[in-house]
Order: sequence, then C-alpha cells, then structure tokens
Amino acid sequence: MAAGVTVEDVERVAQLAHLELAPEEIEPMLRDLNAILDYVAELNQLDTTGIEPLAQVSELENAAGSEPRSDRLEPSLPRAAVMLQAPETDGTFFKVPKVIER
Amino acid sequence: MPIETRAAESFVEKPKTFAALHEEIAAGRTKAADLANEYYERIEEKNPRLNVYLSLTKERALAQAARIDDLAAKGDPLPALAGIPMGIKDVLVMQGAPSTAGSKILQGYQPPYDCTAVARLEAAGAVLLGKLNCDEFAMGSSNENSAYGPVRNPVDTERVPGGSSGGPAAAVAANLAVATLGSDTGGSIRQPASFCGVVGVLPTYGRVSRYGLIAYASSTDRVGPFAANVRDAATLLGVIAGHDPKDATSSAAPVEDYAAESDKPAAGLRIGVPQEYFAEGLDPEVRAAIEKGIAALEAAGCPIKPVSLPHTKYAVPTYYLVATAEASANLARFDGVRYGYRSPRSATLSDMYSHSRDEGFGAEVKRRILLGTYALSAGYYDAYYLKAQQVRRILAEEFLRAFSQVDAIVTPTSPFPAFKIGEKTGDPLAMYLADIYTVTPSLAGICGVTVPCGTTKAGLPVGMQVLARHLGECTAFRVARAVEAAEI
Repeated sequence: MAAGVTVEDVERVAQLAHLELAPEEIEPMLRDLNAILDYVAELNQLDTTGIEPLAQVSELENAAGSEPRSDRLEPSLPRAAVMLQAPETDGTFFKVPKVIER
Repeated sequence: MPIETRAAESFVEKPKTFAALHEEIAAGRTKAADLANEYYERIEEKNPRLNVYLSLTKERALAQAARIDDLAAKGDPLPALAGIPMGIKDVLVMQGAPSTAGSKILQGYQPPYDCTAVARLEAAGAVLLGKLNCDEFAMGSSNENSAYGPVRNPVDTERVPGGSSGGPAAAVAANLAVATLGSDTGGSIRQPASFCGVVGVLPTYGRVSRYGLIAYASSTDRVGPFAANVRDAATLLGVIAGHDPKDATSSAAPVEDYAAESDKPAAGLRIGVPQEYFAEGLDPEVRAAIEKGIAALEAAGCPIKPVSLPHTKYAVPTYYLVATAEASANLARFDGVRYGYRSPRSATLSDMYSHSRDEGFGAEVKRRILLGTYALSAGYYDAYYLKAQQVRRILAEEFLRAFSQVDAIVTPTSPFPAFKIGEKTGDPLAMYLADIYTVTPSLAGICGVTVPCGTTKAGLPVGMQVLARHLGECTAFRVARAVEAAEI
C-alpha cells in the first residue's frame, strides 16, 4: 500500500503542527514521509483485532505501591527565575503579539 | 565550539575506576579540585577535535570539588561518587547552565531548576564538568542531527559515535569524563555506548525519574548512565534510581545495591538467544564477536537457550509511529512564548509560533513532528497510531513470555559497528533501521545493559545488549560483568 501523501497533506499537517515549511522544504519532506509511511504499512500484515492498545508500560511492571501523591500545596518555581527566561515579559506576564484588534 | 577537520585518529583512553579514584581522594593523594582541573585541561585540548562538550560548568564543578576536598581533609566519610568528574547530556537540565537539547530553539536557555537524576549525582559527590552534545531533542542515531555539529567517535574520528547520546558515549571513551549521564528513548544510550566501546545502561521504565529530562517520547524516555566498566555503571544507577514525587511514572520499587549484586557470578543464569536478532542484515564480524560473547557466558556456567521473538521485524515501524506521535505533542511547548527562541518575524501570534518553530527546529525534528502529527490526525489515527499501540502490546508480551523461560536475553546492540560521518544522512529510513535491536526493549519497558564484546578487524568496538525483565537490573549487570571479564 503506497501511503500517497500529497503536497496538500504536508501543508495541512504542517499547519496543524504550527510549522511553516519553506517552499524548498516541502518536496524532500513529501519524499521522506511517503518512504517512511510505506515502510510502516508493514504493520497492516498483522491482524490486531481485539488487542488492547498499550499506551504506557507501568501496568506490565507489577510495581507495588505506586500511590498517588498526597494532595498538598507545595511551592513551585519562583516567578522571577522563570520570567528571566521569557523572550518578552513585563515581569508578571509573558508578552506576545496583539491577538485582538480593536 | 568550532570543529577541526583532519585525518582519522584515535583518542581512546580509559578512565580510572571509581574505586581507585575514591581511594586516592579519601587518602588525600588526589585533590578533587586538581582532578577537575586536569579534566578541564584535557577537554580544552581534545574537545576542538571531538566536539563532545557543548558548554562547561566550571564554577559549579570547582565549588563541588572544594566541598569534597574539605570533607577529605577533615577525614569525614566521603559519599559514593566523591570527586568523580562527570558530564551530563544536554537534554538533562541543570539550574543556571545552558541546556540546549542540541537545538537552536533552546539556545541561551538557562533552566531555573535541576533534573532529579543530576541533583542525585551531585548529592552523592559527583563533580559535574559540563553539558554534552547530542542529536537535537535526542532524535537521531549518529549525533549528526545536533544543531552544534557532529561528535566524532574517539575510536576513529572519521566515524560517528552513535546517537542520540553521542557526546556522553564519546566523553567516556576519550576520558573527557570518568562517567556520564544520557537518555535512551529507542536506543540512544545503548547504541552509542556500543559504537564507542563503553558500558551503557537502559534502566527499566520508571526506575529513574524523568523530571528535568527534556521530553521526546514520554512513554519510552529513560535516563541512564555511561561508564568505562559495568560495576561503575551499576554504582551510578544505584545513585540515580528511585521514586520521585515529581515524576508520576517513577516506580516505588525499592532500589537494590546494583554494584554489590553485579559482583555475584553469572553461573546458573539462563541466557536466551533470539534467532530474530541474528538474521539478515547483521554484519558478519559483529555476529562473530557476539557469538564469542555467548560462548564465554556458556563457559562461565550459563545455560544457553534459543528463544523466539517472532514479531521483532515490526518493532521499528511501531517505534517510529509511537515515538513521533508523542514527540509531536511534547514539542508543541516550543512556541516562542515562555522560553527559548522567538522569531523576530512575529507580527501576529500565529506567525510567532510557526516562524519560531520553523527557524528553531532542524530537519529531523520537523520530519518527526510532521510524521507524528500525521499519525495522530483525523482519519489516520486508527490506521497508524492505534495500530502501533496494539502491536506494541504484542511486542511487550512476547518479551514477557520469553522471560518466563530465561533470566536474560543477549543480542548484538547494533547490526553494524560505527559508520562513517555522512554515510546515512541522506536517507532517514536507513538511519531508523540502525535502531532495529534497541527499539523493542524501549517499547516493552524492560531494562538492559550494553557491554563491550570484542572489536572488528578494523578495531571498531562491538557491543552486546544484555536484556532482563522489568526491574531485573541486577541480573543484567551480573551477565554483563561475565562478558566483560571474558575480555573478548
């Protein structure tokens, strides 16, 4: 089964992922995605009817007593230290380009 | 840091053992500060060629070394890793130190907190020298996807060190750190350890906290050590393992004395050999080296039994769907709002997101985000993502069944030894297939150790992957010690 990803598919998925690909990036990406998706189509050889999906492995480990942590207030990172890393901030909020036009 | 180009040469040098260094420091014959400075001199000399370190944390390292020297001068008991010079893969955050994950999008980022595993190393006395190069966001099998240039393999500088933890593996091989910390999602500790001829550990999923590990695929991401010998790797796991309230998936199972357990002989442990890992595509010299390793285990008193893992060929496609789907969600956080790179071309909020991500991410990261987004998108979710999760269960249960018959399973870590820089960069799929022996244990959540097991005629290291069931680290270490002792 050929995956048959099209240029429009790549552009649509890029938009979903907030990735603006340069025009020269589209063609190689299309080629790679089709090659990879053709390869992963091997999975269709397997009948997986009735098999429960495995999203994470902790259930296989029989880990004893991994209890939920207590619901207690704990200090989080100091605001000043976090804001120091922001590209643009007034010290309290993260600043971004204006979203709503008046 | 710029990389020089020259003819191939070897930088291999074996670090001293923890036991030897501990004894020297405790007796006052070696000062931790002098040792750290000695390593910084070596780094200054050799890093321009190898490109192993991305940044150095000198102030923090020398302050820690001074604390250790004070303790030693007073004759106080020293912690387990007192004065041991170590390096940290750049996907593990250190407070106030650059933590780039090998990406331009995190250039200049200085996290406001420490990764749990890093904090535990330091609490045990380790001296953290700096941050180590890796594939961007740990996505790669050769370290050629780093935004800061490739790492060169100390065994042969024309070859890759493996990936994504190329820096951590190469640092130990070239003695630019006595030991290092890396991360493994689909083979990123085991494969570079095998390419560079050092020991690498894949702990059981949940055994080591992921807090402070910059996430790639959260359901298979592990933090684990590299060392020059199995016992030191076991000591490191004992330090970093254990429950952490900051990682809800971290295991509450008690931490064992891995180093002491690794001293026990392997005799009597049943060793499984899966035929599917010795099929087409395996380099004949790698096969010959691993067969010698298996013969050595038999000579050490381990019964060798064939086991079957018939779905192995589905592991790479399953892994690349699961991992990229999780990556597409995890990497959504890099949007230019709270930290990291923001594009100057940001007239609107939407532009800001897409331009920052387009300019900040490299080609492989974009490829994986797009693949993962595609596999999760409406109309394709069932065919790709759900299907892969179903096959993941088949693969995991297959391993559990095999472990009802044997105590450990041994395989080659990689189908071939270290390849040439540039050899596979044009073909992403060929690069993915380099992970064929490492991705199934990742998906299953089991543990393993890769241990040097001979070399090819050209002198390239071969690694044996020793796998054990969930929380079976002690068994894996015992078997790895027996392979190491055989000096193949």
